[in-house]
Amino acid sequence: MATTATPAGGSRNGTGPEWGGFEENIQGGGSAVIDMENMDDTSGSSFEDMGELHQRLREEEVDADAAAAEEEDGEFLGMKGFKGQLSRQVADQMWQAGKRQASRAFSLYANIDILRPYFDVEPAQVRSRLLESMIPIKMVNFPQKIAGELYGPLMLVFTLVAILLHGMKTSDTIIREGTLMGTAIGTCFGYWLGVSSFIYFLAYLCNAQITMLQMLALLGYGLFGHCIVLLITYNIHLHALFYLFWLLVGGLSTLRMVAVLVSRTVGPTQRLLLCGTLAALHMLFLLYLHFAYHKVVEGILDTLEGPNIPPMQRVPRDIPAILPAVRLPATVLNTTVKAVEVTLRSH
Amino acid sequence: FAGLSDISISQDIPVEGEITIPMRSRIREFDSSTLNESVQNTIMRDLKAVGKKFMHVLYPRKSNTLLRDWDLWGPLVLCVTLALMLQRGSADSENDGGPQFAEVFVIIWFGAVTITLNSKLLGGNISFFQSLCVLGYCILPLTVALLVCRLVLLAKPGPINFIVRLFVVIMMFAWSIVASTAFLADSQPPNRKALAVYPVFLFYFVISWMILTFTP
Repeated sequence: MATTATPAGGSRNGTGPEWGGFEENIQGGGSAVIDMENMDDTSGSSFEDMGELHQRLREEEVDADAAAAEEEDGEFLGMKGFKGQLSRQVADQMWQAGKRQASRAFSLYANIDILRPYFDVEPAQVRSRLLESMIPIKMVNFPQKIAGELYGPLMLVFTLVAILLHGMKTSDTIIREGTLMGTAIGTCFGYWLGVSSFIYFLAYLCNAQITMLQMLALLGYGLFGHCIVLLITYNIHLHALFYLFWLLVGGLSTLRMVAVLVSRTVGPTQRLLLCGTLAALHMLFLLYLHFAYHKVVEGILDTLEGPNIPPMQRVPRDIPAILPAVRLPATVLNTTVKAVEVTLRSH
Repeated sequence: FAGLSDISISQDIPVEGEITIPMRSRIREFDSSTLNESVQNTIMRDLKAVGKKFMHVLYPRKSNTLLRDWDLWGPLVLCVTLALMLQRGSADSENDGGPQFAEVFVIIWFGAVTITLNSKLLGGNISFFQSLCVLGYCILPLTVALLVCRLVLLAKPGPINFIVRLFVVIMMFAWSIVASTAFLADSQPPNRKALAVYPVFLFYFVISWMILTFTP
């Protein structure tokens, strides 16, 4: 009795909860089939058993009608156990691959949480840091504090990108806009990240006490001066004004960074090397941004892209192949002179 | 799904029931099956949802519709419209400083993603696509500004022409800012709203600048 009760229950259990997974389905379906076969062999002993079995079988048929689709599923898994195994393996593999991808995406998303402490600032703090970036503090004996924060620097870099775009537009820079945008983003981020890494490397060599994060924050806030100067001088085209601002505002923000670095470095040679490099890079970058995207780019591009006819461009390149020693320097020189000439004329 | 593993189901009871999404409103329940409805109904319903969100942007009030049922159809349509209208008429004048289609497209999506990441980093409790949806829909006033600018540019060029365009662009720029902050500001911690709004300001400023300097 107990054995005969299992098939019906087994098949019902096996098909009922689909959530149970493959294991249960296979067992349930399998037992139902096997038990029915066994029943034929062992049943002859008792007539009553036969009658009850018959009833149960009929019940099962009704059940089967009721849940035809599910029964089929169970039968499929039971009869073709091998196929079930295979599909399970495939499903397993799919699951693993999906899990790997999901975990990768999740780890990428979790990186945001890693960065979150660096963005933990208040508006008042940002304001005061922006102001402080223009005020050099003459305190050399004790290492000055640098706030390791990235919100301000990142926003300043984006602002600088916007200002550069604005400058290119107002100067009627005639190049393709895609290049403008890419150049602006590339220049600003390249300067920020590149110079920070370079100075960090130098600081490591000179044994200065500064971390990469602090370097990024320091240089990022140092760009505030650049933003102000460029915003004003892109709109008011006066060279004297630009040089004044360059020395005053750019100089102040550079001095501030230099003062911080000096206070964190020991030894005059190291100080000179580190601060000299930083000051030169920072001041020259401002100069470059002003002139490169003010008029000069326009001039150079006019020179280079003016005769924009492909066959005409080929001709001067073919000639140096014949007389490389004479023509090539001459051509290069010619282009350079033309560019400089246009530059000088535009100013 | 950690919570689901705790639920134990008795083996004898067949599991049955209906899966309902609690976020959906009650009105949707009677036509929960979209398989049987005609294609027209489906499209009209989605279009209506997009149109409703446009209305929300044009008349910004404190509402969660834009945040709750986010979609990216509206932003896509607006972005493509803006990029197409900013495209120069003639293809041969390629080096005249006009923004290209791809460039406008990239600026809008890159900018929106940057703002979203920034707001996440500042500790805002808004999902990635919700923020993208809001920022994308709030370009609508600027698209209108571009449309007006193109119409104004048909007239005789001159200082008055420029002043009209400047006025329109500034108005629509302010509108965009107000609309997007109305939706986004609540998701930020109260003391950091200014920090989250600044990149939004920059983003719309660059787009407005492109619109203002556009000449066909």
